[in-house]
Amino acid sequence: MKNFTVKIEVKLKSVVLDPQGKAVLGALKNLGFDEVSDARVGKLIEIKISDESEDSARSKANEMCKKLLSNPVIEDYSLEVLEN
Amino acid sequence: MANFGVVLFPGSNCDHDCYYAIKKVLNQNCNFIWHEDTDLNGIDCIVIPGGFSYGDYLRTGAIARFSPVMNSVAEMAEKGTPVIGICNGFQILVESGLLPGSFLHNSSLKFVCKWINARVENTNTPFTYNLTENETLKIPVANGEGNFFISDENLKDIQSQVVFRYSDSNSNTTGNSNPNGSTDNIAGISNQNGNVLGMMPHPERSFEKIVGSDDGRKIFESVINWIETKN
Repeated sequence: MKNFTVKIEVKLKSVVLDPQGKAVLGALKNLGFDEVSDARVGKLIEIKISDESEDSARSKANEMCKKLLSNPVIEDYSLEVLEN
Repeated sequence: MANFGVVLFPGSNCDHDCYYAIKKVLNQNCNFIWHEDTDLNGIDCIVIPGGFSYGDYLRTGAIARFSPVMNSVAEMAEKGTPVIGICNGFQILVESGLLPGSFLHNSSLKFVCKWINARVENTNTPFTYNLTENETLKIPVANGEGNFFISDENLKDIQSQVVFRYSDSNSNTTGNSNPNGSTDNIAGISNQNGNVLGMMPHPERSFEKIVGSDDGRKIFESVINWIETKN
Protein backbone atom coordinates (compact mmCIF):
# COMPACT_ATOMS: atom_id res chain seq x y z
CA MET A 1 0.00 0.00 0.00
CA LYS A 2 1.20 3.47 -0.82
CA ASN A 3 0.09 6.73 0.73
CA PHE A 4 -1.17 9.54 -1.44
CA THR A 5 -2.38 13.08 -0.93
CA VAL A 6 -5.05 14.14 -3.37
CA LYS A 7 -5.58 17.85 -3.92
CA ILE A 8 -9.00 18.59 -5.32
CA GLU A 9 -9.94 21.96 -6.68
CA VAL A 10 -13.66 22.69 -7.01
CA LYS A 11 -14.74 25.76 -8.95
CA LEU A 12 -18.04 27.14 -10.10
CA LYS A 13 -18.50 26.58 -13.83
CA SER A 14 -17.58 29.64 -15.87
CA VAL A 15 -21.21 30.13 -16.98
CA VAL A 16 -22.37 30.29 -13.36
CA LEU A 17 -22.41 33.71 -11.71
CA ASP A 18 -20.12 33.79 -8.68
CA PRO A 19 -21.43 36.50 -6.31
CA GLN A 20 -18.64 35.76 -3.82
CA GLY A 21 -16.04 36.30 -6.55
CA LYS A 22 -17.76 39.55 -7.55
CA ALA A 23 -17.56 40.77 -3.93
CA VAL A 24 -13.86 39.86 -3.77
CA LEU A 25 -13.28 41.67 -7.09
CA GLY A 26 -15.02 44.77 -5.70
CA ALA A 27 -12.90 44.68 -2.54
CA LEU A 28 -9.67 44.28 -4.54
CA LYS A 29 -10.60 47.29 -6.65
CA ASN A 30 -11.36 49.27 -3.48
CA LEU A 31 -7.85 48.44 -2.30
CA GLY A 32 -6.49 50.05 -5.45
CA PHE A 33 -5.76 46.93 -7.50
CA ASP A 34 -7.34 48.40 -10.62
CA GLU A 35 -5.57 45.93 -12.88
CA VAL A 36 -7.68 43.02 -11.57
CA SER A 37 -10.41 42.18 -14.07
CA ASP A 38 -12.04 39.14 -12.49
CA ALA A 39 -12.08 36.98 -9.35
CA ARG A 40 -13.66 33.58 -8.83
CA VAL A 41 -13.81 31.80 -5.48
CA GLY A 42 -13.52 28.02 -5.27
CA LYS A 43 -12.56 25.34 -2.77
CA LEU A 44 -9.47 23.26 -2.18
CA ILE A 45 -10.07 19.86 -0.60
CA GLU A 46 -7.08 17.78 0.45
CA ILE A 47 -7.54 14.12 1.24
CA LYS A 48 -5.12 11.42 2.35
CA ILE A 49 -5.63 7.99 0.86
CA SER A 50 -3.86 4.63 1.04
CA ASP A 51 -4.07 2.62 -2.14
CA GLU A 52 -2.20 0.14 -4.32
CA SER A 53 -1.44 2.54 -7.12
CA GLU A 54 -1.71 6.13 -8.18
CA ASP A 55 -4.24 5.19 -10.86
CA SER A 56 -6.48 3.48 -8.37
CA ALA A 57 -6.26 6.44 -5.95
CA ARG A 58 -7.09 8.79 -8.81
CA SER A 59 -10.09 6.77 -9.87
CA LYS A 60 -11.43 6.67 -6.30
CA ALA A 61 -10.92 10.43 -5.93
CA ASN A 62 -12.84 10.98 -9.17
CA GLU A 63 -15.69 8.91 -7.80
CA MET A 64 -15.68 10.95 -4.57
CA CYS A 65 -15.83 14.17 -6.57
CA LYS A 66 -18.76 12.95 -8.63
CA LYS A 67 -20.70 11.60 -5.65
CA LEU A 68 -20.05 14.20 -2.99
CA LEU A 69 -17.26 16.72 -3.30
CA SER A 70 -18.59 18.62 -6.30
CA ASN A 71 -22.02 19.29 -7.71
CA PRO A 72 -21.82 18.71 -11.47
CA VAL A 73 -24.78 21.03 -12.09
CA ILE A 74 -22.81 24.11 -11.07
CA GLU A 75 -19.23 23.06 -10.42
CA ASP A 76 -16.18 21.69 -12.24
CA TYR A 77 -13.33 19.98 -10.44
CA SER A 78 -9.75 19.05 -11.12
CA LEU A 79 -7.46 16.90 -9.05
CA GLU A 80 -3.82 16.16 -8.50
CA VAL A 81 -2.50 12.95 -6.88
CA LEU A 82 0.82 13.17 -5.04
CA GLU A 83 2.64 10.20 -3.54
CA ASN A 84 3.71 10.95 0.04
CA MET B 1 -56.57 12.56 9.78
CA ALA B 2 -53.28 12.62 7.89
CA ASN B 3 -49.98 11.29 9.27
CA PHE B 4 -47.14 13.72 8.80
CA GLY B 5 -43.46 12.97 9.43
CA VAL B 6 -40.98 15.79 9.94
CA VAL B 7 -37.41 14.67 9.24
CA LEU B 8 -34.76 15.84 11.68
CA PHE B 9 -31.12 16.27 10.67
CA PRO B 10 -28.38 17.61 12.91
CA GLY B 11 -28.77 21.33 12.28
CA SER B 12 -32.43 21.38 11.22
CA ASN B 13 -34.09 24.30 12.98
CA CYS B 14 -37.57 24.74 11.52
CA ASP B 15 -38.73 21.29 12.64
CA HIS B 16 -40.69 22.55 15.63
CA ASP B 17 -42.35 25.29 13.57
CA CYS B 18 -43.52 22.59 11.16
CA TYR B 19 -44.66 20.38 14.02
CA TYR B 20 -46.60 23.25 15.61
CA ALA B 21 -48.21 24.20 12.31
CA ILE B 22 -49.28 20.65 11.50
CA LYS B 23 -50.18 19.37 14.96
CA LYS B 24 -51.45 22.40 16.83
CA VAL B 25 -52.92 24.54 14.07
CA LEU B 26 -54.22 21.86 11.71
CA ASN B 27 -54.79 19.10 14.32
CA GLN B 28 -53.13 16.38 12.25
CA ASN B 29 -50.91 13.53 13.43
CA CYS B 30 -47.28 14.56 13.35
CA ASN B 31 -44.09 12.75 14.36
CA PHE B 32 -40.45 13.57 14.12
CA ILE B 33 -38.27 11.20 12.09
CA TRP B 34 -34.61 11.06 13.10
CA HIS B 35 -32.28 11.10 10.10
CA GLU B 36 -30.97 7.63 10.99
CA ASP B 37 -34.45 6.09 10.92
CA THR B 38 -35.42 4.23 7.80
CA ASP B 39 -38.96 3.06 8.55
CA LEU B 40 -41.42 5.54 7.11
CA ASN B 41 -44.36 3.16 6.81
CA GLY B 42 -47.73 4.74 7.44
CA ILE B 43 -46.61 8.28 6.74
CA ASP B 44 -48.89 10.16 4.36
CA CYS B 45 -46.67 13.19 3.90
CA ILE B 46 -42.97 13.73 4.55
CA VAL B 47 -41.75 17.19 5.54
CA ILE B 48 -38.07 18.09 5.24
CA PRO B 49 -37.76 21.28 7.25
CA GLY B 50 -35.43 24.24 6.96
CA GLY B 51 -32.28 24.94 8.90
CA PHE B 52 -28.59 24.34 8.41
CA SER B 53 -28.24 20.57 8.20
CA TYR B 54 -24.63 19.56 8.88
CA GLY B 55 -23.73 23.23 9.16
CA ASP B 56 -24.15 23.67 5.39
CA TYR B 57 -20.67 22.11 5.07
CA LEU B 58 -19.38 21.56 1.54
CA ARG B 59 -22.63 22.72 -0.08
CA THR B 60 -26.09 23.23 1.40
CA GLY B 61 -27.80 19.85 1.71
CA ALA B 62 -24.78 17.96 0.33
CA ILE B 63 -24.13 15.86 3.44
CA ALA B 64 -27.72 15.42 4.61
CA ARG B 65 -28.60 13.63 1.38
CA PHE B 66 -26.43 10.70 2.49
CA SER B 67 -28.31 10.24 5.77
CA PRO B 68 -29.97 6.79 5.97
CA VAL B 69 -33.46 8.32 6.01
CA MET B 70 -32.99 9.79 2.54
CA ASN B 71 -33.05 6.37 0.83
CA SER B 72 -36.44 5.74 2.43
CA VAL B 73 -37.61 9.22 1.43
CA ALA B 74 -36.61 8.45 -2.17
CA GLU B 75 -38.49 5.13 -2.07
CA MET B 76 -41.63 6.77 -0.68
CA ALA B 77 -41.34 9.56 -3.25
CA GLU B 78 -41.12 6.97 -6.00
CA LYS B 79 -44.33 5.37 -4.74
CA GLY B 80 -46.11 8.74 -4.92
CA THR B 81 -46.10 9.84 -1.27
CA PRO B 82 -46.18 13.65 -1.03
CA VAL B 83 -42.81 15.07 0.08
CA ILE B 84 -42.24 18.74 0.79
CA GLY B 85 -38.79 20.24 1.33
CA ILE B 86 -38.75 23.75 2.70
CA CYS B 87 -35.69 25.99 2.36
CA ASN B 88 -32.79 23.75 3.48
CA GLY B 89 -35.20 20.87 2.85
CA PHE B 90 -35.47 22.05 -0.77
CA GLN B 91 -31.66 22.19 -0.97
CA ILE B 92 -31.44 18.61 0.34
CA LEU B 93 -33.98 17.36 -2.23
CA VAL B 94 -32.01 19.05 -5.00
CA GLU B 95 -28.70 17.57 -3.82
CA SER B 96 -30.30 14.13 -3.58
CA GLY B 97 -31.44 14.37 -7.18
CA LEU B 98 -35.15 14.14 -6.36
CA LEU B 99 -35.56 17.64 -7.79
CA PRO B 100 -33.65 19.35 -10.61
CA GLY B 101 -31.35 22.37 -10.32
CA SER B 102 -28.90 23.63 -7.77
CA PHE B 103 -28.36 26.50 -5.31
CA LEU B 104 -25.96 29.42 -5.27
CA HIS B 105 -25.29 32.22 -2.81
CA ASN B 106 -27.93 34.93 -3.02
CA SER B 107 -27.00 37.42 -5.74
CA SER B 108 -26.90 40.16 -3.08
CA LEU B 109 -24.53 38.00 -0.97
CA LYS B 110 -26.77 38.83 1.98
CA PHE B 111 -28.95 36.61 4.08
CA VAL B 112 -32.46 37.63 3.06
CA CYS B 113 -35.29 37.39 5.58
CA LYS B 114 -38.52 39.02 4.47
CA TRP B 115 -42.08 38.58 3.26
CA ILE B 116 -42.42 37.69 -0.39
CA ASN B 117 -45.28 36.82 -2.71
CA ALA B 118 -45.25 33.39 -4.26
CA ARG B 119 -47.36 33.13 -7.39
CA VAL B 120 -48.98 29.74 -7.91
CA GLU B 121 -47.89 28.40 -11.31
CA ASN B 122 -49.22 24.90 -11.22
CA THR B 123 -52.07 23.25 -9.35
CA ASN B 124 -51.22 19.68 -10.39
CA THR B 125 -49.40 18.86 -7.16
CA PRO B 126 -50.92 17.61 -3.90
CA PHE B 127 -49.64 20.79 -2.26
CA THR B 128 -51.36 23.16 -4.67
CA TYR B 129 -54.38 20.97 -5.34
CA ASN B 130 -56.75 23.46 -3.64
CA LEU B 131 -55.09 26.60 -4.91
CA THR B 132 -55.79 28.68 -7.99
CA GLU B 133 -53.28 29.35 -10.74
CA ASN B 134 -51.88 32.88 -10.59
CA GLU B 135 -52.99 33.55 -7.02
CA THR B 136 -50.25 34.89 -4.79
CA LEU B 137 -49.38 33.63 -1.33
CA LYS B 138 -47.75 35.92 1.21
CA ILE B 139 -45.03 33.77 2.81
CA PRO B 140 -41.63 34.69 4.29
CA VAL B 141 -38.24 33.64 2.94
CA ALA B 142 -35.12 33.32 5.10
CA ASN B 143 -32.03 32.17 3.22
CA GLY B 144 -28.43 32.91 2.36
CA GLU B 145 -28.11 30.39 -0.45
CA GLY B 146 -31.59 30.47 -1.87
CA ASN B 147 -30.55 31.44 -5.37
CA PHE B 148 -32.06 28.61 -7.40
CA PHE B 149 -29.94 27.92 -10.47
CA ILE B 150 -30.65 25.88 -13.55
CA SER B 151 -29.01 26.20 -16.95
CA ASP B 152 -31.01 27.82 -19.78
CA GLU B 153 -31.01 24.51 -21.59
CA ASN B 154 -32.52 22.58 -18.66
CA LEU B 155 -34.89 25.41 -17.78
CA LYS B 156 -36.97 24.61 -20.86
CA ASP B 157 -37.43 21.03 -19.71
CA ILE B 158 -38.68 21.90 -16.22
CA GLN B 159 -41.21 24.64 -17.09
CA SER B 160 -44.14 22.36 -16.30
CA GLN B 161 -42.55 21.55 -12.92
CA VAL B 162 -42.39 25.15 -11.71
CA VAL B 163 -44.88 25.42 -8.84
CA PHE B 164 -44.17 28.89 -7.42
CA ARG B 165 -42.53 32.05 -8.79
CA TYR B 166 -41.57 35.15 -6.83
CA SER B 167 -43.89 37.96 -7.88
CA ASP B 168 -45.29 41.26 -6.68
CA SER B 169 -48.70 41.28 -4.98
CA ASN B 170 -50.34 41.74 -8.40
CA SER B 171 -48.87 38.45 -9.66
CA ASN B 172 -46.23 40.13 -11.84
CA THR B 173 -42.87 38.37 -11.78
CA THR B 174 -40.52 41.33 -11.64
CA GLY B 175 -36.80 41.54 -10.92
CA ASN B 176 -37.54 43.43 -7.70
CA SER B 177 -39.81 40.70 -6.42
CA ASN B 178 -37.02 38.12 -6.74
CA PRO B 179 -35.29 38.16 -3.33
CA ASN B 180 -32.19 36.11 -4.16
CA GLY B 181 -31.52 36.07 -7.90
CA SER B 182 -33.22 32.73 -8.59
CA THR B 183 -33.36 31.69 -12.25
CA ASP B 184 -36.66 32.72 -13.84
CA ASN B 185 -37.98 33.87 -10.41
CA ILE B 186 -38.41 30.21 -9.41
CA ALA B 187 -39.44 29.87 -5.76
CA GLY B 188 -40.66 26.27 -5.85
CA ILE B 189 -40.50 23.27 -8.16
CA SER B 190 -41.80 19.73 -8.17
CA ASN B 191 -40.58 16.46 -9.63
CA GLN B 192 -42.21 15.25 -12.83
CA ASN B 193 -44.93 13.39 -10.97
CA GLY B 194 -45.72 16.44 -8.87
CA ASN B 195 -45.61 14.61 -5.52
CA VAL B 196 -42.22 16.00 -4.45
CA LEU B 197 -42.18 19.75 -3.89
CA GLY B 198 -39.26 21.96 -2.94
CA MET B 199 -39.83 25.58 -2.01
CA MET B 200 -37.63 28.32 -0.60
CA PRO B 201 -40.39 30.31 1.17
CA HIS B 202 -41.45 29.00 4.59
CA PRO B 203 -45.18 28.14 4.60
CA GLU B 204 -44.95 26.93 8.22
CA ARG B 205 -44.09 30.49 9.27
CA SER B 206 -47.30 31.90 7.84
CA PHE B 207 -49.97 29.76 9.45
CA GLU B 208 -51.81 32.30 11.56
CA LYS B 209 -52.97 35.85 10.85
CA ILE B 210 -51.34 36.99 14.09
CA VAL B 211 -47.89 36.52 12.50
CA GLY B 212 -48.83 38.52 9.41
CA SER B 213 -50.29 35.93 7.05
CA ASP B 214 -51.92 32.54 7.08
CA ASP B 215 -51.34 31.83 3.40
CA GLY B 216 -48.79 29.09 4.09
CA ARG B 217 -51.55 27.07 5.69
CA LYS B 218 -53.27 26.70 2.31
CA ILE B 219 -50.39 24.53 1.09
CA PHE B 220 -50.76 22.09 3.98
CA GLU B 221 -54.57 22.17 3.90
CA SER B 222 -54.28 21.33 0.25
CA VAL B 223 -52.13 18.24 0.83
CA ILE B 224 -54.42 17.09 3.67
CA ASN B 225 -57.41 17.41 1.38
CA TRP B 226 -55.51 15.52 -1.34
CA ILE B 227 -54.63 12.70 1.09
CA GLU B 228 -58.21 12.46 2.36
CA THR B 229 -59.64 12.40 -1.15
CA LYS B 230 -57.18 9.74 -2.21
CA ASN B 231 -57.98 7.53 0.78
